[in-house]
Amino acid sequence: MEVRYYNQERLLLFKVTEEIDECKVKKIRRRADYEIERFMPKRVVFDFNSVSFMDSAGIGMVIGRYKQTTMLGGKFELTNLTDSVRKIFEMSGVLKLIPEVNLEEEFSGTQKEEVI
Amino acid sequence: MINENEMKLEFLSKSNNEAFARITVAAFVASLDPTIEEISDIKTAVSEAVTNAIVHGYEDKLGLINLRCKIQDRKILIEISDNGKGIENIEMAKQPLYTSKPNLERSGMGFTIMESFMDELKVESVLGLGTKVTMSKVIKETQKNDEVTLEEALRG
Ligand SMILES: Nc1ncnc2c1ncn2[C@@H]1O[C@H](COP(=O)(O)OP(=O)(O)OP(=O)(O)O)[C@@H](O)[C@H]1O
Ligand SMILES: [Mg+2]
Repeated sequence: MEVRYYNQERLLLFKVTEEIDECKVKKIRRRADYEIERFMPKRVVFDFNSVSFMDSAGIGMVIGRYKQTTMLGGKFELTNLTDSVRKIFEMSGVLKLIPEVNLEEEFSGTQKEEVI
Repeated sequence: MINENEMKLEFLSKSNNEAFARITVAAFVASLDPTIEEISDIKTAVSEAVTNAIVHGYEDKLGLINLRCKIQDRKILIEISDNGKGIENIEMAKQPLYTSKPNLERSGMGFTIMESFMDELKVESVLGLGTKVTMSKVIKETQKNDEVTLEEALRG
């Protein structure tokens, strides 16, 4: 998983690069919670562009980070859902709870300052 | 002549075998020329059943998981069984959002995903003896332009 923090926007971006299953989810969860507590971001975005596989472990993981982020006063969002990831989030109701955003569009033309 | 094939696999209930099991099944069904969506559905269903055997059946103790696959014409049958603790109430376990381990960020969607991603799902279980999940899916014969190669099936 790649992690980026954009200071000005106070946006923490997680680009998940591994397959999301019960085996891999523990490590993702630990890293994400650590970074969320460290930065106390205004926005947390999970990017699924490079996720080639996800099962129900991803539902619990995303809802857990959503709770963690909102508890600390931030907004939690998802981006770049692949077809198979979308199918699972849709049927479990995740997309009714958590908004989907398009960061490329939002930030097109602006220069973002990355910290990590 | 109808197309038939069969395979059997036995592996330890370790969580890194979740990926091993679903990739093996994907490679096995590749001969039926499934679409990317069909292969992804099958992999997800296998992953759910194997994960359940590991985390609920054996509760992270070591045990053996059996996986059998059969191809009958254009149908793939998958049977995943454990000799773990068994399920007390199968109807309740199959309900969407039901989980016996909510504290561990489980969503209780495993059986619901298996049911909706496959054509058929059967769950048999005896308390103290174990659980057997049988699922099947017919791979449609269509003009495909998103055919998966064996290489692609193995990747994800
Ligand atoms: N192989 C098994 N052995 C014993 N109990 C099982 C087995 N498979 C499922 N169960 C029981 O059925 C319940 C529902 O399973 P399901 O896969 O739908 O949800 P979950 O595993 O709890 O959560 P999720 O799959 O979303 O992470 C489990 O919580 C567990 O109590
Ligand atoms: Mg499950």
